Amino acid sequence: MDVVTSSHTAVVTLPTDTQVLITREFAAPKHLVYQAWTTPDLIKRWWSGDRGDVTSVEVDLRVGGTWRYVMTANAGFEVAFHGEYREIVPNERIVATEIYEGMPDAYAITTVTFTEEDGRTTVTMLVEHTSQEDRDMHINSGMEGGMQEAMDHLEELAVSLS
Amino acid sequence: MARAATTADVFNAVAEPRRRQILDVLAVGERPVNDLVVQLGLAQPLVSKHLRVLREVGLVEVRDEGRQRMYRLNGRSLKPIHDWVQSYERTWTERFDRLDVVLDDLIEKEQGDGRSDE
Repeated sequence: MDVVTSSHTAVVTLPTDTQVLITREFAAPKHLVYQAWTTPDLIKRWWSGDRGDVTSVEVDLRVGGTWRYVMTANAGFEVAFHGEYREIVPNERIVATEIYEGMPDAYAITTVTFTEEDGRTTVTMLVEHTSQEDRDMHINSGMEGGMQEAMDHLEELAVSLS
Repeated sequence: MARAATTADVFNAVAEPRRRQILDVLAVGERPVNDLVVQLGLAQPLVSKHLRVLREVGLVEVRDEGRQRMYRLNGRSLKPIHDWVQSYERTWTERFDRLDVVLDDLIEKEQGDGRSDE
């Protein structure tokens, strides 16, 4: 059976000068969204988006445990993030620190909440940086070559459909 | 006097809720300061202070008309914010689109597991 997945835009807002808020609804119950969010083999399938391949995922899902994701971007360079879990409420909430290894002095605290209604789950991700400069750099860091990669992917897709 | 670094660019300028309110009002059209004071219900010195910050980062422009100072929004200066949010949004949209596929598989697997007892 072909599963048609509708494409929804992640909603990004900037509630304060140090925060970024991302929300998105999924057509799945929250225990499955939580599973996809915390299981290494599943994280590998989605976390890089269209920008490359996730080459390594380490998840030690307990308070004080660490996580680390490594992606090889399509442009060839490697991007890695890691952090420590501060709070874990299974299927409900994960609070963790996040450090982009290209800028190891800055870190953010990310709070992800999973809310289910009628079998659909809303993921709310609040990223709090220690300063506004860190927030801006962090977001820019993830964007290196991102635009070009997105365009390349689109082109590939267009070719495959023609 | 050294200026606080927190108002050095458009990102910080719009982080202040009152300044976003001013931009919302100016988005509708050019306004004299007095109009802004009335519409926002704030003291004039406070409005003037926020307008100064917005001018410094190029978000609003001002011209004199008779004895009035008229303020207007410079939409182009919002572009860095728009671009920045949009590219971040694109990253997460890509990730979540893939997560949708993973979730479809998990749902299918869970339903399949339920049937395996039969």
